Amino acid sequence: MNNLTLTSKRFVAPGVITLVLLVLLATLPRYASAYTVILLTSILMYVILTVSWTIFSGPTGYVSLAPAAFLGVGIYTSALLGRTFPLPVVIGMGGLASFCLALLIGALTLRLRGVYFTIFTFGLVELIKNLLLWYEVNIKGTRGRFVVVVDNQTIYYGMLIVFVMTLLVAYWIRRSKFGLALQSIGESEEAAAHIGINVTLLKVVTFAISAVFMGAAGAVIATRWTYVDPYIAFNYLFSFMPVLMAIFGGMGLFYGPILGAAVLGYLEEILITRFPYYYMLLFGLILVIVILFLPNGLAGLIQRGGAALRQLKWQQGDGARKHANT
Amino acid sequence: MRILEGEGVAKSFGGLAALCHVDFGVDQGQVVGLIGPNGAGKTTLFNLISGALVPDSGEIRYKGKRITGCKPHQICRGGVARTFQSVKVFAHLTAFENVLLGSLFGRSRGASSAEAARETAELLEFVGLSAMRTTPAKDLILSNQKRLEVARALATKPELLLLDELMAGLNPTEVAQAMEMVTRIRDKGITIFMIEHVMKAIMSVCDRIIVLHHGEKIAEGTPQEIATSKTVVEVYLGE
Repeated sequence: MNNLTLTSKRFVAPGVITLVLLVLLATLPRYASAYTVILLTSILMYVILTVSWTIFSGPTGYVSLAPAAFLGVGIYTSALLGRTFPLPVVIGMGGLASFCLALLIGALTLRLRGVYFTIFTFGLVELIKNLLLWYEVNIKGTRGRFVVVVDNQTIYYGMLIVFVMTLLVAYWIRRSKFGLALQSIGESEEAAAHIGINVTLLKVVTFAISAVFMGAAGAVIATRWTYVDPYIAFNYLFSFMPVLMAIFGGMGLFYGPILGAAVLGYLEEILITRFPYYYMLLFGLILVIVILFLPNGLAGLIQRGGAALRQLKWQQGDGARKHANT
Repeated sequence: MRILEGEGVAKSFGGLAALCHVDFGVDQGQVVGLIGPNGAGKTTLFNLISGALVPDSGEIRYKGKRITGCKPHQICRGGVARTFQSVKVFAHLTAFENVLLGSLFGRSRGASSAEAARETAELLEFVGLSAMRTTPAKDLILSNQKRLEVARALATKPELLLLDELMAGLNPTEVAQAMEMVTRIRDKGITIFMIEHVMKAIMSVCDRIIVLHHGEKIAEGTPQEIATSKTVVEVYLGE
């Protein structure tokens, strides 16, 4: 009985919080300013990038610097097809295009381990950017493209739907046997293969699934930027930010990367608007401090805080009982 | 019946021949030992059987079917499980999760998760780790990590189990327990092929012994034959 209430408590509290947050997010355009809606759109994009990055790189330890490539593919899908198809179809196609690219890249490179894999994914962004630039300049005769204009509220809801789908899939994978298998790959790939796990297939498919959401997010955000060129679409910032945000939030818990992306995304906006000249300096300083003093990220801090609070409560309860006895 | 056989198996690393044209066979239901001085090629042979490495030439057959060139997970799903010389447990997962993975992805994959959890609990009991099911594998002492590897391998439901130096680094009590565990595994009907340096263990547990030296098979026979073989004694002690 006691055990039962404990477990249901464990699910009820986060469930209620999630629901309240989702309702708040879904009704946001009704009461918030246009600025808040735009700000939240980009924060949601960061959360999508970070959570989907964590789906693959979190448990396996394969640090991918390809998010910018997948995001960029989504952006260009939107730029190319935005006028021909309705937005939901374009978002789906952005995801699909990234999925296909990731499948190809994964099949080619997931034999690489550690830093070699990281460097390859890093190079991939540059490769696609330059190929695209060459194509645009030499064949098309222009550098950038205009993307179909969509109103901010629609963009926000598009991003919100991709966000919810990302969280659902990430949560499902984490809880499933495949989540456990991905962790075992991170621990010892050789042992994982020897207990019947098809490591190559699992890695490639998970890598590709994580790319779907990045591509979809790219397809949405392109409509807000209205003009894109290869430098805007394939910006390294979008490869590094998800990694930093995941570390900042802490990858040990499911909500860590979400928290990290939300807090850093907001922080970036505040620093850029308030301290445009010192933005990078302050941003870097905060990151260094967090990495030095919070090895398990924000989620680790909250976890420790919660444990300390329980300890305190317990001690107080203990003291009260002793007092009653005397 | 031969459950495993190898014909002319060869493997070299760069210019170094780790194994040169080795023939070997393991009969179903037996415990077969693989011994030899350091660098004889014992672990290389295991890596070739389990699919971690591909032989340069020769052929390995499991239950009459050629398995050379198959991937490790395919060989595992065929019914060959192994442990590692330097333990490769999933350090940050619990003992239960380590074994559960074998059950979920081994030969019985497709079974319900409740079934897998039940099997896992049974196997932890079998190797004597029930009390440590929620302990992360990295916090177990070496002998328990080795038991955990055995349980994880057994969870894949093998017919042939490859044990790579199960007893290395264990104290005499733990060696005795490990020997007893090997007998219990054989009593389940699982064929065992084991690399071992602890002579007492190998002599009392094995039905047959294969001796490797410099990548070549120099002797094969019952423990008595091996113990009295002149070539084996020369290899180990010098002439």
